[in-house]
Amino acid sequence: MTTPAVPEDLLRALAPQVLGTLVRRHGQFDACEDAVQEALLAAAVQWPEEGVPDSPRGWLLTVATRRLTDLWRSEHARRDREAAVAVEEERVAPAPDEEPSGRDDTLTLLFLCCHPALSEPSQVALTLRAVGGLTTAEIARAFLVPEATMAQRISRAKATIRKAGARFEPPPPGERARRLGVVLHVLYLIFNEGYTASSGPDLRRADLTAEAIRLTRALRALLPGNGEVTGLLALMLLTDARRAARTGPDGLLVPLAEQDRSRWDRAEIEEGVALVTDALTWSPPGLYQVQAAIAAVHAEAAGDADTDWPQILALYRLLSHLAPNPMVTLNEAVATAMVHGPRAGLEILDGLEADGRLTDHHRLTAVRAHLLERDGDRSAARDAYRRAARLTTSLPERRYLETRAARLNESDPS
Amino acid sequence: MLLIYNRPGFVDELSEEERTALFGEVDEIMRELTEAGELVGGEALAHPSHTRTVRMGDGAPAVTDGPFLESKEVFAGYVAVDCSADRAAEIAARWPDVRYGGVMEIRPFMGGSGTEM
Repeated sequence: MTTPAVPEDLLRALAPQVLGTLVRRHGQFDACEDAVQEALLAAAVQWPEEGVPDSPRGWLLTVATRRLTDLWRSEHARRDREAAVAVEEERVAPAPDEEPSGRDDTLTLLFLCCHPALSEPSQVALTLRAVGGLTTAEIARAFLVPEATMAQRISRAKATIRKAGARFEPPPPGERARRLGVVLHVLYLIFNEGYTASSGPDLRRADLTAEAIRLTRALRALLPGNGEVTGLLALMLLTDARRAARTGPDGLLVPLAEQDRSRWDRAEIEEGVALVTDALTWSPPGLYQVQAAIAAVHAEAAGDADTDWPQILALYRLLSHLAPNPMVTLNEAVATAMVHGPRAGLEILDGLEADGRLTDHHRLTAVRAHLLERDGDRSAARDAYRRAARLTTSLPERRYLETRAARLNESDPS
Repeated sequence: MLLIYNRPGFVDELSEEERTALFGEVDEIMRELTEAGELVGGEALAHPSHTRTVRMGDGAPAVTDGPFLESKEVFAGYVAVDCSADRAAEIAARWPDVRYGGVMEIRPFMGGSGTEM
């Protein structure tokens, strides 16, 4: 789908609607998903040459239905030559292009692709293909694995869903909140996969941030009254706003405190701040809203020195209260250091070391290094930077940490 | 990345039955990894008698034959998988070479993604 004449946005927006209609008519999510994918590929080839049909949705539905019939025919030819075909023929009788009920279908599809029986990588891959309308090749490129590997992962995921007995219907009311939590988590994973890759040569992967934002926007249109959906969209926008500033001209990661704020995307910041501010007035605070609120406080400071750290500390404490987790405590330590001095932050880190869950984690060691440096203990800071550099499996992070260690070396050759 | 180390020629000392079972186990694991969408790649290396070594000679890199390590464990091949560290350890523990004195090393790849701090 790279030919410029293809209205890619149109195809991707229609993908879940067509798939939803097909599954509701015929069942068999996995076969329908293959059929829609083939119809999307056919459209990507034919539309630029023959023009976009009058009813793009109807066109896709017709082609996908035909593929589904072909698929069933060849399957049944193998298994049972006569009887089954007749039955399926009846089921696949061409239906007129009915009114799109795309709203509920997209949501139901999201729940299905983020089924709890699936591993996170499978949930991510299936969501991108079935709801996002990306091809297997595009998803494979984004996750740096061979296309055959990704194709297997997706087909295995669909088989797992079938075996789990999942049906194309919304989860029962009692499970809905938990299942929506999984959907939001998967969308956030997709976003982070793209955002953390948005330096150096991995621009293909950075497209994932745009895709995650697009899907979360679509989800918000379906659930405008859910504060966490709005909060997640705000968090993505406020984080993505910093993308251009997060790497320097030399490709080196730039920490938040040293970023050139004139390069932050003002439009994304305005939208994100407005979204989270509004959500917090009518929704009970949730994880994504509070994280978005923290991002908003950073975004609204003219410079690092103007940051309202007491406010950020209060928000991290709220976050710790909502969902205690060592990563949140780590961030709380940073905020504490900014408000009460580096020693107070280091004390929290000692507690985290004792807790054990983050021991030997590069982020804990990197934060320790920063706080030691601010406290003036240059040689301990240098050792901690070096240790963090050995612990990380990220090339840009290692380079950043080695640079920080070397900087302390130069000015203090003790 | 799973790095496979074994003693060259250890397969020759196995009975026909053991050899067939060993290759069967490897095929089975590879099939499982392929079907799960976890396999990224893998290669087996030729016998160490094919080894050539490049090191600095008289002011320029020089190529020599060998070393031919027959008696100790050598790097014999790799399997690259896209999965969690725990899952990688589980796969490595099932690799049959381990039962015949071989060693599996599990090492993460460096990635191009990073978080600003």
